Parts: sequence; structure tokens; C-alpha cells
Amino acid sequence: MLLSPAVLALNGVSFTVTLMLVLAAGFALQVVRHWDLTSGSERQLELERRTYLIATLVTWSFAAAVVSLLLFVYNAEQMATQFVGAMCATGVLNAHPLGWPTLFLKILIFFAGAAWLMLNRLDNQAPDYPLVRVKYWLLLGLLPLAALEAGVQLGYFLGLDPDVITSCCGSLFTADGDGVAATVAALDPGWSLAAMYGLGLSVLGLGAVHGWRTRGGASGVGFALSGAMAFAAALAAIVSCVALYVYEHPHHHCPFCILKGGHGFIGYWLYLPLFTATALSLGVGLISGWGHIPSLTAAVRADGQRFTALALALFALFYGVATYAILTSNLTMTGVWW
Amino acid sequence: MRQFLRRQRYLIDYSLSALARRPGKHLALLLVYTLVVFLLASVMLFTQSLRREAALVLAQSPEIILQRQIAGRHDLMPAEYLDRIGRIRGVSAKYGRLWGYFYDPAVRANYTLMVPPPGSPAHGEPAPGEIVIGAGIARTRGLEPGDYLSLRSARGEPFAFRVAALLPHSTELVSADLMLLGADDFRRFFAFPADRFTDIVLQVRNPREVRKVAEKLSLALPDTRPILREEILRTYDAVFGWRQGLVFVLMGGMVLAFVIFAWDRAAGLSGEERREIGILKSIGWETGDVLRMKFWEGAILSLTAFFLGYLLAYAHVFYFSAALFEPVLKGWAVLYPDFRPIPFVDGIQVATLFFFTVFPYTVATIVPIWRAAVTDPDAVMR
Amino acid sequence: MIELRDVKKVFNQGRGNELWAVRGVTLDLEPRQVTVFTGPSGSGKTTLLSMIGALSRPTSGRIALDGTLLSNLPERFMTQVRRRTFGFVFQRFNLIRGLTVLENVMLPAYPLAPDDGDLRRRARALLAQFGMDAKAGDKVEWLSGGEAQRAAICRALINAPRILIADEPTANLDSALSRELIGLLGELQDLGKTVLVASHDPLVFDSARVSRVVELRDGLLAEDA
Repeated sequence: MLLSPAVLALNGVSFTVTLMLVLAAGFALQVVRHWDLTSGSERQLELERRTYLIATLVTWSFAAAVVSLLLFVYNAEQMATQFVGAMCATGVLNAHPLGWPTLFLKILIFFAGAAWLMLNRLDNQAPDYPLVRVKYWLLLGLLPLAALEAGVQLGYFLGLDPDVITSCCGSLFTADGDGVAATVAALDPGWSLAAMYGLGLSVLGLGAVHGWRTRGGASGVGFALSGAMAFAAALAAIVSCVALYVYEHPHHHCPFCILKGGHGFIGYWLYLPLFTATALSLGVGLISGWGHIPSLTAAVRADGQRFTALALALFALFYGVATYAILTSNLTMTGVWW
Repeated sequence: MRQFLRRQRYLIDYSLSALARRPGKHLALLLVYTLVVFLLASVMLFTQSLRREAALVLAQSPEIILQRQIAGRHDLMPAEYLDRIGRIRGVSAKYGRLWGYFYDPAVRANYTLMVPPPGSPAHGEPAPGEIVIGAGIARTRGLEPGDYLSLRSARGEPFAFRVAALLPHSTELVSADLMLLGADDFRRFFAFPADRFTDIVLQVRNPREVRKVAEKLSLALPDTRPILREEILRTYDAVFGWRQGLVFVLMGGMVLAFVIFAWDRAAGLSGEERREIGILKSIGWETGDVLRMKFWEGAILSLTAFFLGYLLAYAHVFYFSAALFEPVLKGWAVLYPDFRPIPFVDGIQVATLFFFTVFPYTVATIVPIWRAAVTDPDAVMR
Repeated sequence: MIELRDVKKVFNQGRGNELWAVRGVTLDLEPRQVTVFTGPSGSGKTTLLSMIGALSRPTSGRIALDGTLLSNLPERFMTQVRRRTFGFVFQRFNLIRGLTVLENVMLPAYPLAPDDGDLRRRARALLAQFGMDAKAGDKVEWLSGGEAQRAAICRALINAPRILIADEPTANLDSALSRELIGLLGELQDLGKTVLVASHDPLVFDSARVSRVVELRDGLLAEDA
């Protein structure tokens, strides 16, 4: 199991990313301790040069993490044939207790990385690098996350046993089962859709307020929180309701099968905008609190508005596609759900 | 946004000209890079296509094969077991099969002899005294339709079979060593008991019911063992994946050497190159601009090597039948099927290949590129 | 208007080969003038010019340009200021071999990503202004000393900087070309640019076109030494 090239690649990438972040964190620590912008000493110049290296390492780590997330899901899809009872990625992830945690950690790294890169971009716009210490402390927090992900993923792949009979998405995401997945699938479609649209409205509203009226710290954090909640509600709604319309089957709840070609790849149209929009909103929350620093005020405003607008557009796209999927589906649940 | 794109265009412009100005240095790297991609891609493409073929072929095979076991070893299946199975819900067809192996000392090869099961395409049962053979046997023994093949039976008598036809070339992967003959000929040749079959096969329409049916069979006939097609598929998959992975691990050394080479190339800036970067910085290029330009250089090299290497691998596997790899991946056999793999490319393959080649290259060059990009422009003034 | 206050620069500080190139220079430079920095080699002219031109940071002291502090800017912002404000002409021309004259002239503008046609027009106009338009497509390796210097000046002017800095511009030219160059620098002053030159060539600092001569010795102004 451990020896297939895709699995080797995934583990290799996660460990390399961890190493890159160790390097970055090491330099970050030096910067945090000795940074003094007013000094023209050689050490300060060297530290300033190091900031480029750190940014480059983190950027490439992030890019690798994104592709690795996608490869992980596809690989799980492909490995489904090797597990008894698994018919898609869900079964493969379910074959070992560390399967879902690996996926969640990868998603978490995606969000954390995106937010950090946005903060870094903000800091670079001020000649006095006011957020240098803040952002490098945060980077030190990113490192254990990456190390944990690498370890958990390794544990998952090492522990995968193809003889273990796993459950496929039909039995995992079924209302009668137990566990988180089953609970989500069992949510009343009406309520989950209501939650999705309701939180969607709130995120769009808060985003509009933040982007065009207040643009302050509080409204930014509010936007980020509502983005996170909208994300969770959207995922729940996909599993309990939207996916069913896509499959035109009242009991197929799997969140991965919508990525397959047979459904017009609609999964991409749903997940890509949703994830990107959520990442942007979290980043906006992170950068919005620094407007009180004079050298950053203009940049916070400009970046805040730009990214909020982008996030809102992507959220709108997501809700549009979800609604489209429901409306154009041949499945009718009037009389059953509504 | 437009300015961002324009800036990248200018940087790419410069990168291209920089690469063109030092062709010797970059050509060597490009060659090695392409070779690495070629080797890894060849392995992946070949194994992937074998896997696919196996899956396609197995798709035709019956869902359950029932074998009789005595003391853990395969024994012949009594014909009356067919009746003992009776009617199990979900089983759309069941019949006994006759097949076996024969070692031909003349060419030191193993043949698979088989009576075509009912409903098999094209051939039906060959006439008495006639056989239909696979291309591998035909090649090794120099046979054509109309020729005779003489084999020594279980009782020591020579049997002369007339070759009625050859099996189609397109099935060679599974039929190279196959010999089809009539049931009576089979039984006489092997001195096979009249009331026995080699095994029994069952067809089950609904894949979800296969396990249940297998369970019922085990209960009805406790001295038999059901082999499920899905298990065979999984085993093939696992073996192919394992073999592929093994080759990749072995090639890990090669990738490592490549990475070191790449690092060395990127770090070994000549005085001229360093001066050039110093000039760029003194005329107004920022460290960030130089970094991006150098990464574009790397990207151009990477994309060229990846594209070239992949194309060459594709040609190697699908037009030259992976001539370099056959011995390792097909196992030891006298009767090599001469087959053309079916082209099959997928995203996972490309992404994995990418992570084994472009990603290590990029990571190896990060620090050297950064070192070059932070060159002090001040030095240029002296 | 450039202000220097007690500017110092040391190399390899704390090590065996520590060198104080500039030891405390206080100076005000007027705009739209041709100022020549002169002094024996090792007196710190080049180092001082590189700090004024935001090419390097002083170890201590202040440099301000029209009231904006240059000396404590991090590299990214220093470069941005430098791009907009300063043009450099080096002693050894420092043109990039293998590229044509036109490409060399356009190079400083690449990171600013202007419109392509616009940039070409500007570059050609500059080359024409300095009599180099016939050579625009030639590789720089084939240029004579004088031509290379003029190409270097065009490159320095592509982003329309206010201040031109030239380090020993006549070092590789004969006297006729040197006089021509000084004339060019004077013309630039007429166009409203500030010109700062480091040179120990008498043809330069004795020229009538020079508004002011600043003498350096051992890292200090001669009058302070």
C-alpha cells in the first residue's frame, strides 16, 4: 500500500514541505530576535534578505500543499478498487481512523497558508515592515501543523490494510448509520439548505458592509467568522442535500463523487469557489485589524476591499452553482421534503 | 492585474534570453532532467496501461470461480456439485470449466489448455483433433493454420493436433500461451476423469450480491473455495502498484542525484552571471524581480524537460512497447506476448510525475536562486 | 534637494579587514546643478555616491531626498525610490553582453511593466537624442567606448529620473570623447536634471559646466579632514 508512486509522492511532498517550513521557521526566529530596521548594520541587511527566502519557502510550500490536497483526494478515488466495499474515496478514507483527519489537516493547512500569505503581502506594502514579528510568530505556529499533517498522513498510509472491509459512501453517508458523516447526511434537507442560504446571506451582507462601509478590524473579523460558518454550512448542505440533486438519487450523499466526470465535474464548480472564497475571507479577517498602524492604513483598506470583493464574487458563484444544480436536476422532492 | 501579467511577460522575455545566452550550461541540465522524467514516466505509463488492460480483460471473466480443495490443495471438482449448488438467487449462469497446464519440453514453455466455455465469442468448441492456438505458441513452434502440433499425453502417447486457427492478435496479452480444444480431446489427452471439472464458474449480475452468493456457496459446499473477480482485480492492482512503487524507490537514488546536480548547477553562478544580476539590481530591479526571473528560468527548463520527457516516454511505451522495461515488469516467461499497450493518461499520473521531478528540482534551486538574487548591487559599482 | 547628515559607512565591521569608507559626511546638494565629487582613489567618492543614489545603506547617519528619509528604507522601497529618481552611469558601462543596445536601454523599465510599444518608442527616442539610433539593433559587444557610454546614458534615462549619477564616466574615454560627455552632462542640467559625478579627471572638474566641486579625502570632506 505504501509503495504506490502516488502515495510515495504524497508522503515525500508532505515531508519536504515540513522541512522547508522548518528552514523558514529557523530564519523567522532569527528575524524575530534581532530585527532592527533603524540599524544599517550588516546583520540587519542579511535579515532583510532572509525575509525574501522565508516568503519564497512559504509560497512554494503552500502551492505544494494545495496540489497535494487534490492529489490526496484523487488518489483515494483511484485506490477504491483495492478496498473491499469501497466504491469511491469515502470508503478509502474510512478504511483507517487517520483517513479523515489527514484530509481535514490538509484543508486546515490550505486555509492557514492562504491567510498567512495575505498577511505577508500586506506587511510588504509598508516600508517599515510593521508586522514582521507578528507574522513570523504566526509562521512558527504553521510549522507544527505541517509536521502533524505529514505524520498523520504517513500513519494513515502505513496503517491502511486492504483486507479491512470498509464501508462505501452509501453506507457511511446514510441516515441510519452513526458517526459524523452519518449525522451530517441525516440533516433535514430543508434546514440544511436554509442554513446554507441564511449563512450565505449573512456572509454576503457582512462582506458588503466590510468592503464598502466600515473596513475596520471588527467588521473584518466578523466577515471571516461568517465565512467560516458559511463554509461549514455549505459543506453540510452539499452532503445532505445538494449532492442528492446532482446524483439524482435520494440516498447518495457522497461529497466526492460529484468530482467525477459523469456529473459534469460540477464538484469543481462548487468546491473551488467555496474554498477560495473562504480562504480569502479568513485572510481578510487577519489583515483587517491592522489599520491603526499608519504605514498600513491605506494598504489595509485597499487589500481589504479587493479581497472582500473577490471573496463575495466567489461565494456568489458557489451559491449560484448550487442553486443551478438543484433547479436543473431531474430529482423532485416536492411532497417529500418540501 | 494586467500590469502583473505584463511584468511576468517581461521577466519571461529576459529569462528566455538569459537561457539562450548560455546554451551549454542549460543544455546539460535539460538533458538530465528530460532523462529523469522519461524514465519515471515510462514506468508509470507502462504499468498504468497494463493495469488498465488487466481490468478490461477481467471485466469479461465470471464473477465467482469455485475451486475444490483437499488438504488445502487444489483438487478436481465433481460434476455433481453443479447440481448441489442448486438455485441461488442472483446467479444468472453456472457451468463447469475444463482447463489445465501442459509443459512442452521441446521449447521449455508452459501452455494453458482449455475447452472454450459455453457462449464464448467467435470460436465455439474446436472440432475433434483440432486446436486453436495463441500467437505465442504459434511463434515459438513456428506454426500456422493447417500445421500439426504433436504433444505427449499423460499416458505417454503422442497426440497430433491440427491447428485450425490462431487466436486474434489483439488478445495476445492473455492468450499468448493458450490452446483451445474440444472437451473429448481434453479429457483423453489429460486422462481427465469423466465426472470431473477443473472448476465451476458462476455469473452474478449484481456486484453487491457477489459476497452473499460466495457465502452461500461456502455453506453449501464446505470443501470448496470461492474466488471473487473483485479480489483478483484488487490483487492485480496491488501487485502492479507495488511493483511500480518498487521501481520508483529504486529510482529514488536517481532522483536524488538529479536534485544534487540541479542544486549544483543553480548554485554555481559564474562571475559573469553574478555581475549580470548585480547590474540588473543597480539599474532598478528589485530582489523580488530577480527572484521571479530566475524562477521563470527554472520553470521554462522544467516545463520543457517535463513535456519532452513525457512525450518520449509516451512514444517509448506506446510505439515501441516499452522495450526497455519488459524484463522487469512482465516477469520471467518464455512466451512473451507481443502486445501494444493501450494509451492511457490520467491526471494522477501526471501530478505524481510532477511531484517526483519538477517539485524536487524547484525545491533544490530555491536557496541557490535566492543567494544569487540578493547579490549586492553595490559591488557592481566597484 | 539632497541632505546628508553625518553619514558613515563601514565594510566588514568587527572583522580583521574592517574598512571605514566614509567617516562622517555632512552635505547639502542643490537640485539642477552639476556637482563633481573629486579626491584620490579610496577617498570614498564611489561609496558616497552609491549611498546618495540609494544603492546601499549608510551604517549610520541620515540621507534625505526632498525631506523623505532614504537611509532607513528597506531594500524593496529603496529600489522603488531609486527606480523613479536616479539613473546610473558606471565607469565600466556595465551593459549586458549578448543583448542589443535597444534591449539594454529598455531593461530598467521591465519591472515597471509599461506598455510595450510605449517603451520601445521612448527607448528609440532617447537613442536618437544621443545619436545612437542607427546602432539600436547591434549587440553591445561591438560598440566603441564612446558609443557604449552613450548607450549607458540612454539606459540611465529610460525611466526619466530627476537625478543622474555618473561614476568616473570619462575613465575609459579619450579627451575628445570626454569633452563631448561633459557637454552631454551639461545639456542634461539644462533639461532640469541634477547631475552628480565622481571623477578625478581634471577635464571634468575643471570644466565650465560644473556648478560645484566637492573634494573628499579619507572618507571625509577635504575641508573637514
